[in-house]
Amino acid sequence: MTLILFAFLALIALAGGLGVVLSRNPVHSALSLLLNFASIAVIYFLLHAQFLGVVQVIVYAGAIVVLFLFVVMLIGGNIGPYRHGSRTVTSVIAVGLAAAFLALVVWSVVQVLPMSATPVGAPDAGSVQAVGMALYTDYLVPFELASLLLLVGMLGGVVLARRYQPFAEDETQ
Amino acid sequence: MAIPLSWYLIVAAALFCIGFYGVLARRNAVAILMGVELMLNAVNINFLAFWRYVRPEEPLGQVFAIFVLAVAAAEAAVGLALIISIYRTRKTINIDNIDLLRG
Repeated sequence: MTLILFAFLALIALAGGLGVVLSRNPVHSALSLLLNFASIAVIYFLLHAQFLGVVQVIVYAGAIVVLFLFVVMLIGGNIGPYRHGSRTVTSVIAVGLAAAFLALVVWSVVQVLPMSATPVGAPDAGSVQAVGMALYTDYLVPFELASLLLLVGMLGGVVLARRYQPFAEDETQ
Repeated sequence: MAIPLSWYLIVAAALFCIGFYGVLARRNAVAILMGVELMLNAVNINFLAFWRYVRPEEPLGQVFAIFVLAVAAAEAAVGLALIISIYRTRKTINIDNIDLLRG
C-alpha cells in the first residue's frame, strides 16, 4: 500500500517537474511547480517529517509559487514566446549532462545501498515538538542566522524591485 | 512493507536532473529560477530520507532541510526582484540578451 502511494506520488512529482521545464506558458510552469511541491509535501509525510510537510505546503506551495505567479503577472505576456531561443545544441548538451548525472547517481545508489534498507527509530521524531526543541536549543545560532538571512533577502527584494528614481530633488537645482 | 531508501534517492536524483536540465536549457530567467527551486527540493528529499533511514534519533537532517527552505525563500525573493529590475531597464528577461558584462 505504501509502495503504491509512493510510486504514485513520485510519478506526480516527476510529471510536475517535467511540466515546469517543458511547458510553453509561464503560468502552466508555475502551476506544474505547485503540483510538484504538493506531491513532495506528501512524500515528506511518508517520511514521518510532519513539520516539514506542513512547512513545504505553506512556504513553497503557498508563498514561492504565488511569488512566481506575481512576477509573471507583472512582466506580462509581452516578452515574446516563453521558450524562444532554446537552441537545439544547448538542449542536447543539457539533456546529455542531466542524463549522465542521473545515470551516475542511480548507478552509485544501486551499487552502494542494499535494497532492503528499512527506516529505524520512533515515528514521532518529525513532530513540531521535536523539531522545535532542536531548533531552539542545539541549533539556536544557525536559526537566528537564517532569520537574519531572510531579513537581508527581504530588504534586498524591496530595494531591487523598487522603481528607480535618480535623485529627483537634486536634478532640479 | 517499507519503502527502500534507494527509491527516495533515485526519485530525488531524477527531480534534480529535471531542474538541472531546466537551468541549462531554458533561456527565460523565470524558468531558470523555477529549475533552481526544483533542484533545492530534490536536495531536501535527500536530507529527509537520510535523516529517517540513517540517523532518526538526531534531528540534524530536518534542521538542514529547514535551512535549505529558508535559503530557497530568500533566493526566490531576491532573484525575482532582480528579474523585475532587469525587465525594467532592458525590457527583456531572455538571458541571451542580458549581456552587459560580455567582453
